[in-house]
Amino acid sequence: MTDTASRGPTGGPSAVPEPEAVKAIPVRNYGRWVAAVLAVGLFAVVVTAFGRSDQITWEAVPSLLTRDTILLGAGYTLLISVTAMVLGIVLGVVAAVMRLSPNPVTSSIAAFYVWFFRGTPVLVQLLLWYNLSLAFPTLTIPGIYSADMNAVMTPFVAALLGLGINEGAYMAEIVRAGILSIDPGQVDAANALGMDGRLTMRRIVLPQAMRVIIPPTGNEYINMLKTSSLASVVQFPELLKAHDNIAAGSLAVFEGLMAISIWYLVLTTVFSIGQHFLERRFARGTDRRRTLIERLLANIAPKRVGAQTR
Amino acid sequence: MMSRDMTSPDMTGAEPTVRAEQVRKSFGRLEVLKGIDLQVEQGDVMCVIGPSGSGKSTFLRCINHLEKIDAGRLWVNGHLVGYRQKGDKIYELRAKEVAAQRREIGMVFQRFNLFPHMTTLENVMEAPLKVRREPKATVRERALTLLDRVGLADKVDTYPAQLSGGQQQRVAIARALAMQPKLMLFDEPTSALDPELVGEVLDVMRQLALDGMTMVVVTHEMGFAREVGDSLVFMDDGAIVEQGSPRDVLSSPRHSRTREFLSKVL
Ligand SMILES: Nc1ncnc2c1ncn2[C@@H]1O[C@H](COP(=O)(O)OP(=O)(O)OP(=O)(O)O)[C@@H](O)[C@H]1O
Ligand SMILES: [Mg+2]
Repeated sequence: MTDTASRGPTGGPSAVPEPEAVKAIPVRNYGRWVAAVLAVGLFAVVVTAFGRSDQITWEAVPSLLTRDTILLGAGYTLLISVTAMVLGIVLGVVAAVMRLSPNPVTSSIAAFYVWFFRGTPVLVQLLLWYNLSLAFPTLTIPGIYSADMNAVMTPFVAALLGLGINEGAYMAEIVRAGILSIDPGQVDAANALGMDGRLTMRRIVLPQAMRVIIPPTGNEYINMLKTSSLASVVQFPELLKAHDNIAAGSLAVFEGLMAISIWYLVLTTVFSIGQHFLERRFARGTDRRRTLIERLLANIAPKRVGAQTR
Repeated sequence: MMSRDMTSPDMTGAEPTVRAEQVRKSFGRLEVLKGIDLQVEQGDVMCVIGPSGSGKSTFLRCINHLEKIDAGRLWVNGHLVGYRQKGDKIYELRAKEVAAQRREIGMVFQRFNLFPHMTTLENVMEAPLKVRREPKATVRERALTLLDRVGLADKVDTYPAQLSGGQQQRVAIARALAMQPKLMLFDEPTSALDPELVGEVLDVMRQLALDGMTMVVVTHEMGFAREVGDSLVFMDDGAIVEQGSPRDVLSSPRHSRTREFLSKVL
């Protein structure tokens, strides 16, 4: 029995004493301090080394950042990464649904696709597409279409197919995991309402699977932004190739690499923020923890975010 | 079996809403339904009781073809469930035709199975809009009426996660009713609920029964069965052991297995 109880039933709320506030001395993490100091020190050494090097002309970097070729390269990087990702997502959804189909032929084809394109390097795949004319000099769809393969397989097409089809294999696994995460009771409920398989997939399963699918897809896209630099080997003029083109006739190789790295960082950062909003959109109807960016926004515009909490 | 004329199973007056003849179902080597015979007349409420694993859910799921039966015949409103009979031959229905059959049958699950990414109103409107492609205004009006009927007019824009179990189950009932089914199947609709929430769901079901809905209810609520049920079926080990009026079965069970089961649950 506690003190308050022994005071009898007449003791109203005022009779309950304020509990004493906890004034404990927190555990001191000396190790953490040492690690922090070491890390800061090391970081400073690296930064000054770069800053002090008289081989690097830092002044050249800003102008390189905005060189026409580089700007165009950034645009092409964005173009190829977005189109290849879209292709990857479409192929991934199709392959995932096929993989889960009760039809063994359909599901084997999907399994083979994933196995082949995940099992070979994307750089090799890019080169295979680019050199497809060695195996098929002309592209022929009997009775409909015929063209010189080299004319069809432009750098863009080769990069799109190479990156997109490879991405599809990874997306297939991500989408499949998302679909499998949905409670089978959801499908029962949809079927019981008279929804057929397609409608159930489109309206019930996939929207819920999105919550599971989007975070890794965001990572895939950020990877794609960087992996698209491999498209330089098929002569696609994205950032790395653009840099190559300039660097061939200049001495500012390192500075150029620095400049395109900054562009990659800008692109990946912007898309990380976009990903956050997408995730929130698909978290509808679920309890969710507030993310870092959400808390930052809450500081800037407390009302807007507050209104989100239903 | 095959040679008998199955197209007009009933000779005497009105077609029963559900009619099962020797329905069998196995999962792999496990026989879960071992020849179920029963009829549910239009407007009747049939309650099904029985121990865990006796096949109650499986039988209910067979009625709307969520499970395929292996043998026997099952009709809903005079139509073979999941199959078409032409002469002596039985043809499987296409997925679209099965879906069409299911529109006539509402189902309520033990675990509610509401769509968590949709609000209450969206849950109720989804099937009439997307399956029956009815105009939005009509569907909305009907959905609001139904939600009002189950006492949730003020929860229209709420997501399922923010509702209590009892409220979720009432939404689930409204969602099934939105398709204007001729038959409602309930699979232990109150088993997942806290005791104080059971009543509100049973009230809705009782009202539905009064309105003349044909219902098959798997339940452990003997009070509900006695009061609302027109007939009671006791299932054990995949077979119907005893059936009759709820009063008779509950107060003077003829079979020892029924007595044993009732002594445990009452
Ligand atoms: N999809 C399935 N695959 C394999 N076995 C199954 C499947 N569904 C049910 N069973 C088995 O069939 C038997 C009957 O299950 P059913 O769910 O119909 O019982 P029940 O009477 O509804 O029990 P409960 O009161 O626990 O809900 C059980 O032994 C169960 O394990
Ligand atoms: Mg069950």
